[in-house]
This record gives sequence, structure tokens and C-alpha cells, in this order.
Amino acid sequence: MKIEKKRSDLFIMAIFTIVILSMPVWLSPLGANYPDLLQKFAIFGIFAIGYNILFGLTGYLSFGHAIFIGVGSYTAVWSFKLLSMNVLPAIVFGTLFAGIIAALVGYVSLRRSGIYFSILTLAFAQMFYNLAYSVLTPLTNGETGLTIAAGDPRVLDRLFSDVATGGGLPSTELFGISMSGYSGFYFTAVLLILAFFISLKIFNSPFGLKLKAIKSNQHRMKYTGYNTRPYLVTAFIISGMFAGLAGSLMAVTDPLAGAERMQWTASGEVVLMTILGGVGTLYGPLLGVAIIKYLENIFSAVNEATLHGFFSFLPQWLNDTMVVVVSPFVGEGWHLTLGLMFMIVVIFLPGGVTEGFQKIKNRFTKNKEQEKLKQGGE
Amino acid sequence: MDAVLIQLLNGLDKGAAYALIALGLTLVFGTLGVVNFAHGALFMLGAFCAVTFQKILTISVKVIDPSITFFTAYKEQAYLEIWFGDVGLTIIDYAVPLSILMAIPVMLLIGLAMERGLIRHFYKRTHAEQILVTFGLAIVIQEVIRHFFGANPIPMPAPDIVSSSAAVGTWLGLSDNLVYPWWRLIYLSFSLLVIGSVFAFLQLTTFGMVVRAGMFDRQMVGFLGINVQRKFTIVFGLASVVAGLAGVMYAPILPPDYHMGMDFLVLSFVVVVVGGMGSLPGAVAAGFLLGVLQSFASMTIVSQYLPGIDQVIIYLVAVIILLTRPRGLMGRKGVMED
Amino acid sequence: MSENTKDQNTISRRDMLKTSAALAAAPMFFTKGAYAKDFTNNPGNSSTVTLGFNVPQTGAYADEGADELRAFKLAVKHLNGEGDGGMMNTMKPMNLTGNGILGKKVTYVTGDTQTKSDAARASAKRMIEKDNVIMFSGGSSSGVAIAVQSLAQEAGVIFMAGLTHSNDTTGKDKRRYGFRHFFNAKMTGSALGPVLKEEMGTNRNAYHLTSDYTWGWTQEESIRETTEGLGWNTTAAVKTPVGAGDFSQFITPILNSGADTLILNHYGKDMINSLTQSVQFGLRDKLVNGKQFEIIVPLYSRLMAQGAGKNLQGILGTTNWDWQLKDEGSKAFVKSFGTEYGFPPSMAAHTCYVQTLLYANACENAGTFYPPEVIRQLEGFKFDGMGNGATEYRAEDHQCFKDVLVVRGKQNPSTQFDLLDIVKEVPRAQVEYDASIFGGNLGPYKV
Repeated sequence: MKIEKKRSDLFIMAIFTIVILSMPVWLSPLGANYPDLLQKFAIFGIFAIGYNILFGLTGYLSFGHAIFIGVGSYTAVWSFKLLSMNVLPAIVFGTLFAGIIAALVGYVSLRRSGIYFSILTLAFAQMFYNLAYSVLTPLTNGETGLTIAAGDPRVLDRLFSDVATGGGLPSTELFGISMSGYSGFYFTAVLLILAFFISLKIFNSPFGLKLKAIKSNQHRMKYTGYNTRPYLVTAFIISGMFAGLAGSLMAVTDPLAGAERMQWTASGEVVLMTILGGVGTLYGPLLGVAIIKYLENIFSAVNEATLHGFFSFLPQWLNDTMVVVVSPFVGEGWHLTLGLMFMIVVIFLPGGVTEGFQKIKNRFTKNKEQEKLKQGGE
Repeated sequence: MDAVLIQLLNGLDKGAAYALIALGLTLVFGTLGVVNFAHGALFMLGAFCAVTFQKILTISVKVIDPSITFFTAYKEQAYLEIWFGDVGLTIIDYAVPLSILMAIPVMLLIGLAMERGLIRHFYKRTHAEQILVTFGLAIVIQEVIRHFFGANPIPMPAPDIVSSSAAVGTWLGLSDNLVYPWWRLIYLSFSLLVIGSVFAFLQLTTFGMVVRAGMFDRQMVGFLGINVQRKFTIVFGLASVVAGLAGVMYAPILPPDYHMGMDFLVLSFVVVVVGGMGSLPGAVAAGFLLGVLQSFASMTIVSQYLPGIDQVIIYLVAVIILLTRPRGLMGRKGVMED
Repeated sequence: MSENTKDQNTISRRDMLKTSAALAAAPMFFTKGAYAKDFTNNPGNSSTVTLGFNVPQTGAYADEGADELRAFKLAVKHLNGEGDGGMMNTMKPMNLTGNGILGKKVTYVTGDTQTKSDAARASAKRMIEKDNVIMFSGGSSSGVAIAVQSLAQEAGVIFMAGLTHSNDTTGKDKRRYGFRHFFNAKMTGSALGPVLKEEMGTNRNAYHLTSDYTWGWTQEESIRETTEGLGWNTTAAVKTPVGAGDFSQFITPILNSGADTLILNHYGKDMINSLTQSVQFGLRDKLVNGKQFEIIVPLYSRLMAQGAGKNLQGILGTTNWDWQLKDEGSKAFVKSFGTEYGFPPSMAAHTCYVQTLLYANACENAGTFYPPEVIRQLEGFKFDGMGNGATEYRAEDHQCFKDVLVVRGKQNPSTQFDLLDIVKEVPRAQVEYDASIFGGNLGPYKV
């Protein structure tokens, strides 16, 4: 039994690895196989997987996870500025530091549950955002955003080589491999696979089971003598570290950190992705990330000219009406589509797209079964 | 002394806005048990009621400038001005206060429609789902407004007579430098009036009694054979009107744009939990308290020692209160505990 | 390749092999495919060439972004020989023929910067990596402009900045691949100085409220330098968070500060809000030490004037360009834009239109799209007939030098677009400065 379980885990991981690493190939018919979008898929994938460990398993709705994205990004950029353009220290420090902040925020916020927890995290999010935006300007460079400069110390780099600054800025690298373009994607993708593996392990572990039990009935857990808080705080820290990793990867693929990453609406975005894909399922959040990031990139770039082209098979008058009808939802109206999509999912499909698939699948299998029954009856 | 007084006034004024928004939120929380993230959008819709009303009042004849041929440049002359002369101009000048007349029925309708169409179906769902669906709704509402009114703030001048400052200092026999805008004073008094009316309504009418009973124990009221559902629809409408009125009157202070609701949303939620979820007096008290605190925190004397404290004080206070007094300042046991 | 999208459960060994083969080939193919040629996004033998227009379509500067986009579309039309040609009739010297750029028809893609550095860079990357743009343009915030400008340098794609007014864009953050036609805070200060002296004298106490980001900082610095040079005293300079909404807590301390002049280093929504609230606090009616209290908004535009309503009437500031200018280039552009869209262009639209034409012309001059050559053509390029008189793209910092307009909010507008009075067209010589004062390094031609 146990061996079989391990095997199926391995099988899932193998499939997952292939699917992720071959993204540049199978996404090309969709026009989504360019490095920046692929990197975004992987980075937000890590973010959503981590968020799902908290929200999906325990049901605690946090609006504060953008804090850890921001902390991860700022730490990574500072690592680039002070230590080295190598990405390893950046992601290690980014993740760890986000973990420390997550421990602080989690320890305090998790003293309360339900709506109070959500609003506490909201308050923390707003507080950190305001801090980064104006108060801590020396550390964050405020609204302008923190960037690397040619004159930064970069102690480690200077230790090992005589860096001659030829006017241009150095770029992020992993022992000589540049972290922009496709190599950047493969780097983030490997970390995504690792993150997915950890999440798979957590889902199937006794720890994960306890988290699920908290979601279904916290009181009963408490009555049976379990102190739920340590588990919750641990889950919070883990998901915070995932977010920190995602944040530092954002800086890795593009060495810039801005306060807007920390706004509570940015936390709202990850909630949206998780919900859309399917809360508490393994793959759901990733699916949500893919859908939202893809649509965002495609939809927001559509303009009226593209629309006219798209409907060009229609007669002129119909073409024009279609463009008038559709144009509020694309381009600058992309947020409207997002909002509507989101409402529809929450109202009709609280389990997200994954639940939708399940429903369709059930219907088909049911029909088949019914047919079988019928035939058997005859 | 001057500085302290003016910051106090300013804090009360900010607090009035927070309190008004939080009041509606709490009404909905307390009675319907729904966490409404679209409440900020209702505030914004109120402000846009004023914008629409002003647009209607200033429907104009376009006097075209013939010197420009390749686009139509014109000067507008409102019909009201043409028909009624100076009286018409005065009506336009008072567009903001007059638009209250329009805002009340419009916001009531919007509120009723929202409750019937969406919120009602979410009474039994989890708070997380309520938050999410109303968050989605807020995005939709704000994008629709942007589609029709654009992204730029729209100027909404206060009536001319109160567009400048009141010499508060002179009245009190203090320095001449102590002045405060008339419109902000009006906003403060208006908020107190609205808050007072809501409390009077809940205390003095039978309807209010039922609602208060419902806030206390919904099941019990239902057992008594009272149609709570219907009452709750009206409560939601009422909350919507209060938020809308807050928005209308705020328009001259902050030129309305489609995003103003979100800016106030987080703050008003913080106010509600600090006050104690489900407690109306708590919401009002917390609104004023946080407004005054924020205002004092931004005084130069304070920011000298604690730079930037004005940016975070509200959230800091909220965290501390929530941790030390789990039910907020005046929260009751059993409301939104889980 | 479509085999790979097949149901994963039925992957056969052969499919697996195929996928992994494709996988191994993919990175080589895609990265080298883009860079193997002599430069990024070389249009090669293609019959079209793509430009990217990256403007704020959502957020606080959305209206400005929309107007920039209109101007870009108009420029593309004119480049392709459609419409009345606009400034292509007045620009001198010019090699454009109305036959696209170097004989290739111009197409474009658009993106939304959301006025956020992150989103702007993502959008620009999409343009570069997916749509293969050869140049991109757009703006409205200096923070965004600086962020995408350094991306342009890394990617080797030219960025023709739209509206950005911070000194840093062509100062300490200047880049070889970035060009700015718009003026900057330093030039605003130099242009405004003499007018301020004339109207308000040499003995004033100024109080600054400053947007807390690169543009606000440099504008405060430049204006202070100017006013302190006139003999003014700076009472205080307070930084305000961008998007603060209610500025009352920053305005109340002004009342008791003894200052008699308020300088608002705010733009867009912040400026509309802070100005409206300052007026409500009675600042403009105030007398301090026998002097009338004055408010100055160093940078403003007609679109903002619409938002501020009558509060802006009589207030001094500067602007890059205005549709009421009477030179041939401006007239041709306003006519063309007005006929197309039914209203006059904003200064943001003007700068974006001009930038597009300038880039296209530089390509024609260079005879190639190869960026280092195009850059050399733009550096030191002198031209006229595009508004603001004789203009030069300074080679040292890629900043354009041209006449600057000092304007005042109009007291009695004759039409809905007639919101600014041009007080003075300050000649270019008066706003020029030494390129070395801001430091910075352009970086290499070839990346």
C-alpha cells in the first residue's frame, strides 16, 4: 500500500515535471510561450501553491500574503546590491526573511480566527504597504522602486573577480547562466516543481490532515485536546516562505522591487487565482494562475483594431456591433472581465474550475453508468 | 494651541467620514451577518450620484466657437441658466446638496437590488465566500463607473457661499490663523445628523426594535413569526443610503473618481472591528477615535520623533485593540466569533 | 507540436521521446532564434515592422494614456501614408516618405502600464519577447519611464519616452537606448524663475508639498534651486505619499507656518485633490504679512486643468506644449488630430506623436533598423516644425531642448478646451544647462 502510494506520487511528479518543463512547446499555439509570461506562470504558481497550503487546507482567508512577496523582492534586490548578482543568496535570504516576517504576522494574526483573522491580515498588509511606500523610503526607495545601480558594493562579486563596470548594469546570473529569457524560466520552473513536490508531501502528511481537520471543525479539534495554533502558525509560515520565494524570483527575473507588490489588492489577486482554479486541490491554484495570467496578458493587449481583425469574417455591420459589445471587456476593460469572471465562479462554482471539470466528468460517467444499467436491465 | 485645535477639528471630520461608512457596514454585519466588501463601492456610487445630478442640471446648449473648424469647440450654457437666469445658476451652484434628494431613492434602489439579487443568496455561505463575491462585485461596479465617467477625478464644487473657510479662530477669540473649510464643518454636522437619525430610527420605531432584536438573536425573532427576511432587505437598503449620503457630501472634499471606494474600504473595515463587530455605537466611536488619532499623529511635533507614524497609526491601534480586547471596543459576545 | 497537448494519460513512449527531443531543442531554438541575427527583433525581410505603445490604460493616468494612444495611432497612419500627414508636412529636415519606415508598413501593439513599474515592465517585455517590437514608447510617470528605460537598455530595443518630467530620466538614470522629447523639472525651474520674480517679487516664503517619488523629488530640488536663487526662503518641504486622497493633514500646518507661497509638486489626481483642498482651506484668500498668498503648480496639463475646474484659474505653471500654439507644426498636428478625434490633443499626445515620427525619421536617415546606428542619428539631431521652435536632441544625455511654455489657468474660458493662457514662450537658450550636472552614464551602444 505504502509503496503504491509512493509510486503514484512519483508518477504525479513525473507527469508534472514534463508538463511544466515542456510549457514553451505546448503553449506556443496559444501565443503564450514567451519568457516573461512563462516566468510569471511559474512564479505565481509558487505563490498560489503556498497560499493554498494556508487557505486551501485550513480555510483561513489571508489578505496579507502580498507582504511576503514584497519582503522577498526587497531582500533579493538588497542581496544583489550588497552581496552578489548570483541568484542563490538572493532567493535563500528572500525566502528566509519572508519566513521571519510571516512568523511575526502569523503569530499575531492567528490569535483570532474567521473574519477577525482576515481583517487583521488586511490591517497588516496596509501597514506594511504604507511603511514600504513612504516611511521606509531609505530601504525601499518608495514609489520609485528599489533597483540595482552600477556603483553598488556587491562584496562577494568583487571578492572573486575584478568587476569592471563598463557603464552597463550587471544582470542576475546563476554561476554564469543569465537569468533572463528562457534560462530564467527553467530556473523558476525547477523551483516550481520543487514547491509542488513539497505541497504534495504536505497534503498527504499527517500534518496536512490536521490542517484539513481544522478547516472542517476547529472546535472538535480543540475538544479532542489538540492545540491547533502551532499547526496554523506553521502553515502560515510555510505559505509565507513560498510567497517570499516567489517574491525573490520576481526580483531574479527582473531586478526591481516596488511597493505596489505589497498592496492588499495584490493579495486579493492570489485569492482570486486560488479560488478560480479550485481551493484546496493540488492542481487548482496552478490552473487559476495559468488562466488569469494568460487572460491578463492577452486580454489587456487587445485593442479595437485587433477586434476588428478578429471579427473580420462577419459582415461589416455585425463586425462593428460585435466590436462595440466586446470592447468594454478587453484592453483597459480587462478588470471588468476579471471581476465578472470571479463573481460567476464564486456564485456558481465555489470549487473553481477543478470542480467544474469534476462535474462534467461525473455527468459523463453517470450517463455511462446509467446506460450500462439500462443495457443490463434489458 | 491653534495647531492642536485645528487637528482636532480635522480628526473629527475624517472620523465623521469613517464613522458614516462604518455605520452602514455594521448594520449589514450585525443584522444580515454578511461581510460586504462592496460597501466602499456604495460610497463611491453615492459620490457619482452627485456627479450625475450635476451633469443633469448642467445639460447645456453648446455655443460653438466658429473660429475652430476641425473639431467642435464650444462654450456651454446650461438650459437652467437660459430658462431661469440667476435662479438657474443658483440651482446649479447648489448641485451637491440638492443631489441628496436624488441619491436617497437611487441608493435605496441599488441597495434593495443588491440584496435581492446577490447578497440574499449568500446568507448561508461562509464569510470567506461573502468577502470574495462582494469583492468581485466591487471590482465590477468600479469598472462600470470608469467606463462611463473616465478615470480622472471629476471636480464637484461646493456651493459658492461655503466654498471657503470659516474663521473658527476668531469666533473662539483665538488666532486668525485658525480657519477651517465651511464645507468640512457642514460635513461634520451632516454626519452627526445622519448618525443621530439612524439611531433614533432604530430606537424609536417598531421596525427599529425588530431590527435590533434581530441583531441580538435572529432565530428568536424568526420564531416570533416576524418576517425577518423582509426587514433585512430594508436594512440593507438603509445601509446603502447611509453610505451613499456619505459619498455625496464627500464629493466637494475629494473629487470623485472610480477608485475612491477601495481607498476607504480597508479603513472602514478596520474601524468596524475596532468598534466591535455588530455594535453601532462602537462603529461610530471607533470612527471618530481613529480619525482624531490619525490627525494628531500627522502633527509636526509628533512626526519629528516618529516619522511616518500617521501612515500606520490606525492599523497599529487596530492590531493592538484586536489582540487585547478581542471583541473590539464595544462588541458583544457571539457576533461573528467564527 | 499539437501532439503534446494530447491527454497526458495516454502518453506513449514515442510521444515521450518526441517531447523530450522537442524540449531539448526548445531553449536553443527560441533564445537563439531571437538573438542569432545581428540585433534584437530585426525585422529582416518582413514586409512590416512593429512598434509597441505602452501607456497607462487603467489607474490614475488612464485619460492621459488614452490620449497618448490616439496620438500613436495617428502617427502610424501618417507614417503609412494615410490621412493628411500632420507634422510630416512641416517637419524639417525629414526623410519620411509616407511609405512606412524603410519601405516596411508600420503596425503596432498596445499595452497597459497601469502606472506601475512592475506592470509596465511586464507589458514591455511582452512587446519585446512576443510581439517582436523594434521600438516602444509611452509614459505618464517618471518612475515607470525609468524602469522601462533600463529594460530597453538590457534588451537592446529603443525606448522613446512619452510624458516623463523627472530630471533623473535623462540625468542619473539616463540610458543609451532611452530618449526623451518632453522637458524636465530643471527646465521648468529655469523657465518659471523670471516670471515668478516679475509677479511675486524676491521676498517670499515658500512651502513645498511634494509627491514622494523620483519626479517629485527632482522637481522640488529644481524649483527650490530657482526660487532660492531669486532670494526666496523655503519654509518647509513636506513629502506626501502618492495617492493620499485627503491632503488636509498636510495643508493645516501651512496655515500657521508663516509661508506666503505654496508650491505643489503634485501631478494628476494628487494635484487635483491637493489643489482643491488647499483652496477650500482658504489659502488663496489669505494675506500673509501684507502679501497675497499664492499657489504655484510647476507642471500641469490641460487634462488636469479639466479636473481641477475653477480652482486652477490664475495659477502659474509650465507645460511642454499646448494646442493653441500658432506655429505651423502645431497647427498641422492639431488639425490632423482634431479632424480624426473631434477634440484637440493634449501635451502628452503631442510628445508621443513627435517621438514616433522622430524615431521613424532616424531609421530612414540611418538606412537601417540597427539600434546603434539609429541612436547615432538621433543623438545631436536638430529639427524644426514640430512645435516649440528649433529643437535639438542633445547627444550627451538624450534630452530634447526646445522652448518651454509658462502658462496660467484661464480666468474666463471661451470654450471647453480653452483652459490655459500662455504667459510666455521661454526661449530654449534660457532653459539649457550643462549635461554633466546630474551625473549618470548612458551605457554602451551595442548590448
